[in-house]
Amino acid sequence: MAEKIVYKKPDSLTDKIFSYCWGCGHSTVHKIIAELIDELGMREKTIAVAPVGCAVFAYDFWNFDTTEAAHGRAPVVATAIKRVHPGHLVFSYQGDGDLASIGMAEIIHTANRGENLTIIFINNTNYGMTGGQMAPTTLIGQKTTTSPAGRNIKQNGYPIKMSEMLAQFESVKYVERVKVTNAASVIKAKKAIKKGFLNQLNGTGFSFIEVLSACPANWRMEPLAAKAHIDGVISKYYPVGLIKDIK
Amino acid sequence: MKKGRIRIDEERCKGCLLCVEECPKNEIKKGGKINRFGYTFAEFCDNGSCNACTLCAIVCPDCAIEVIEITEDEKK
Ligand SMILES: Cc1ncc(C[n+]2csc(CCOP(=O)(O)OP(=O)(O)O)c2C)c(N)n1
Ligand code: SF4
Repeated sequence: MAEKIVYKKPDSLTDKIFSYCWGCGHSTVHKIIAELIDELGMREKTIAVAPVGCAVFAYDFWNFDTTEAAHGRAPVVATAIKRVHPGHLVFSYQGDGDLASIGMAEIIHTANRGENLTIIFINNTNYGMTGGQMAPTTLIGQKTTTSPAGRNIKQNGYPIKMSEMLAQFESVKYVERVKVTNAASVIKAKKAIKKGFLNQLNGTGFSFIEVLSACPANWRMEPLAAKAHIDGVISKYYPVGLIKDIK
Repeated sequence: MKKGRIRIDEERCKGCLLCVEECPKNEIKKGGKINRFGYTFAEFCDNGSCNACTLCAIVCPDCAIEVIEITEDEKK
């Protein structure tokens, strides 16, 4: 009898246990990014830019260079790093409060400039770290601590579809929305992020991958209910799939 | 048929049970013990039907599952 380990924690993750809540999508996405950095052999040539939000501690978990930007400014910090280190794989990793609220200007101009970057956008439809306030992505009718009666279109407008919006820029080359609710969707998400990384490495240009991500703690749901909520409700408003792919 | 088993890291597991829902062989269950963070971690049933498909480990957010494939090399 011979035993072979066929799945284990990637080298691009440290041994530190994720600070994220149970069933949080951040953990899954951190993991698949680390697996990809291992598979691409890029551990010594990657620089990530972490957001303000629950993922502010990403540098504790990723075993490759990671810096931290002021709230919402990750795409411009990534722009600067990439221009100075064009041979490195540079990506920003941002929540929906970070990217679509306080950082809306930075992401739009970075996309419009068509920087050769990969942006990973974690859409959990609220501000996780600060206790579940309404985000630009919060669904119509969704109850949060700052929309206790549910998001109201008259007062708050419609949930912003960042992927569809950014896909309109000529300078944006690749946009895909994925989710990480079961093994099959995790495999698809990993493929999409890999494509975003490869696009950068072969000079194709700006890639944007949106991940529908569970925030069980603030949704007041157990992880399996949060998973069903993404599959049954959130992905109806934010459909998963390829949005744009230009060679 | 391939055979396998998994090792669940009791400290990393947060008991989200995504692996329990994912396993096609029902080889993982909600455990009865609590780790030092207060989470009731999952347990491997070890009923002999695990085939090292890795689906549980792929869906595990916390990298708490290691999958081991067991091969009987004499027969090869
Ligand atoms: C300039 C500034 N304004 C506000 C805050 C408070 N703050 C910290 S995290 C956060 C929201 C994060 O939400 P999101 O980007 O959705 O990330 P998540 O925690 O959900 O992953 C806010 C408003 C801050 N740190 N800095
Ligand atoms: S608050 Fe939400 S986003 Fe933050 S770690 Fe917990 S589940 Fe994840």
